[in-house]
Amino acid sequence: MTPSELGWALLRVAIVLGFLLGTLPLVIWFERRAIAWFQDRIGPNRLGPFGLFQPIADAVKLFFKEEIVPANADRFIWSLAPALSLFPALVAAATIPWGPNRLLTPVADVEIGILYFLAMSSLAAYGVLLAGWSSNNKYSLLGGLRASAQVISYELGMGLALATAIVASGSLRMTEMVAIQAEPLWGVVPFLHNWLVFTPWGLVGAALFFICMLAETNRAPFDLPEAESELVAGYQTEYSSMKFAAFFMGEYMAVLTISGIMTTCFLGGYLAPVNWSPLQSLAETGGGIFVPLATLTGALAPPFWFLLKVAALVFVFVWVRATLLRLRYDQLMNLGWRVLIPVGLMNLALLTVYLLYGWLPALVGYVLAIALYAIWAGERARRVERRQVILYAEARPYRRAESSPSSTPLSEGKGLPQEVLHG
Amino acid sequence: MAERLFFFLCALVAISTAVGMVASRNPVRSALLLVANFFCLAMLYFTLSAQFVGIIQIIVYAGAIMVLFLFVIMLLNLGSPEAQLQERELRRPLAWLLAIGLFLVLVSQVFLVVNAQPQPHGAAGTARMIGSAMFTQWSFPLLIVAVLLTVGVIGSILLARRRSA
Repeated sequence: MTPSELGWALLRVAIVLGFLLGTLPLVIWFERRAIAWFQDRIGPNRLGPFGLFQPIADAVKLFFKEEIVPANADRFIWSLAPALSLFPALVAAATIPWGPNRLLTPVADVEIGILYFLAMSSLAAYGVLLAGWSSNNKYSLLGGLRASAQVISYELGMGLALATAIVASGSLRMTEMVAIQAEPLWGVVPFLHNWLVFTPWGLVGAALFFICMLAETNRAPFDLPEAESELVAGYQTEYSSMKFAAFFMGEYMAVLTISGIMTTCFLGGYLAPVNWSPLQSLAETGGGIFVPLATLTGALAPPFWFLLKVAALVFVFVWVRATLLRLRYDQLMNLGWRVLIPVGLMNLALLTVYLLYGWLPALVGYVLAIALYAIWAGERARRVERRQVILYAEARPYRRAESSPSSTPLSEGKGLPQEVLHG
Repeated sequence: MAERLFFFLCALVAISTAVGMVASRNPVRSALLLVANFFCLAMLYFTLSAQFVGIIQIIVYAGAIMVLFLFVIMLLNLGSPEAQLQERELRRPLAWLLAIGLFLVLVSQVFLVVNAQPQPHGAAGTARMIGSAMFTQWSFPLLIVAVLLTVGVIGSILLARRRSA
């Protein structure tokens, strides 16, 4: 490696890390403001313009807080866990290309780019798992166990969704995946790009990937590891000060990185939505002043489109968090194993049908699959057994038979059994 | 020069984590040291330009299997293994014998390979080459492995069901 290569490599690392760490406060501020907006509140708006400096104040506050170590914690592992959750988040973005310039992005254009991301994201489970175990707190332990079970389950669905993208583009290298998507839409529409999400397999794959990426980053509605109503704060209950901040930063950086992966694999990466720029065509016909302008926009447009898509996905993250309720644990596991994985396998099979026999059999296959599913779901809905949910208070035979069933026991406290009142 | 330095660093960490994994009395720390060991092995694969094997090492062993191991250790809450060690005092000499024998076999293999001087093959480590080799030249062994894995999955489900039923 020559010194100039080393210099470029260091510059690429600096760009990615600088972007991740620099955007972090902005994302946190954006999430708080957007959640407030969804809930008809105002949100943090005091510090700086629109409350933009609020995350800095939060960081300063966390920095100066006392660090409390649980008495019976495994000290070493307890201190290691935040670092282990921060490390994958910092390095996982290394293979994402931001633009066509190979000197500036990505950090390493390796042949196994997408597998590298999968490897790093699978390491992210350790931080949460070890934090939960070493805190010596039952809520933390339950949070950690939930997190690890969830991440293992959803990695399979995510792998299948990414396999669709890999098979469709025929490469594991992320720059090549973007290059494949630069072709004309469906091979016929010249001014549009063939983003993977515009194909049936890409659409299904993107939907699967989106669900899995919510679960992988432990975000609502899959935020069971830190469900505050059940587990206080889950694995981070015992953490304070900068160690808590490390988990927080790790989560938001993972959100940014995984949005970048989804953008690259399914949403055309750094490609513009339309394969036509007015300045470019003016420069080609007229020349003059438009030539440097076209060069400038040509250099700036790809990162701009990439960041715009990432920002849109981050907004969807917040949107989903503000809209959907948290899943129950068995629902989460059912969704992962019995919905996402079969759908992913089916999608992959139909994609191979397309690659081997052309688009018509594949399309017929999709229509058949949807029709079969509709028939099956209709049959199941017809045969559904009406289950009666009996609340604990009603299940106990504490009332005499003559009391009217319409009066709810909770409305009149005197009818409740002792266990319910004091338990 | 830098490559050799990197190799020795990785080898040192790999060996020390392996020894620590066996020596540690705390099962969670043992598992963690094994994870670090797998990570170093992956780094060694990368230096041999076997990118695919290295990244699969991280995804499968460090990322999935060891998470499951840790999961089970934490669920069972094994604590310190001293009590279990007491009753196995007799097996120790046998274990030492086996370990030393295996170590000697490995070391002899290492010297044989060093004498043979194989040349590292740059392109052979890519996912494309491994895939085409696996699905053309070695497709029959691959199918056998697939059948074996399926049998294993069905067997584990059967065992779990029998216990719960």
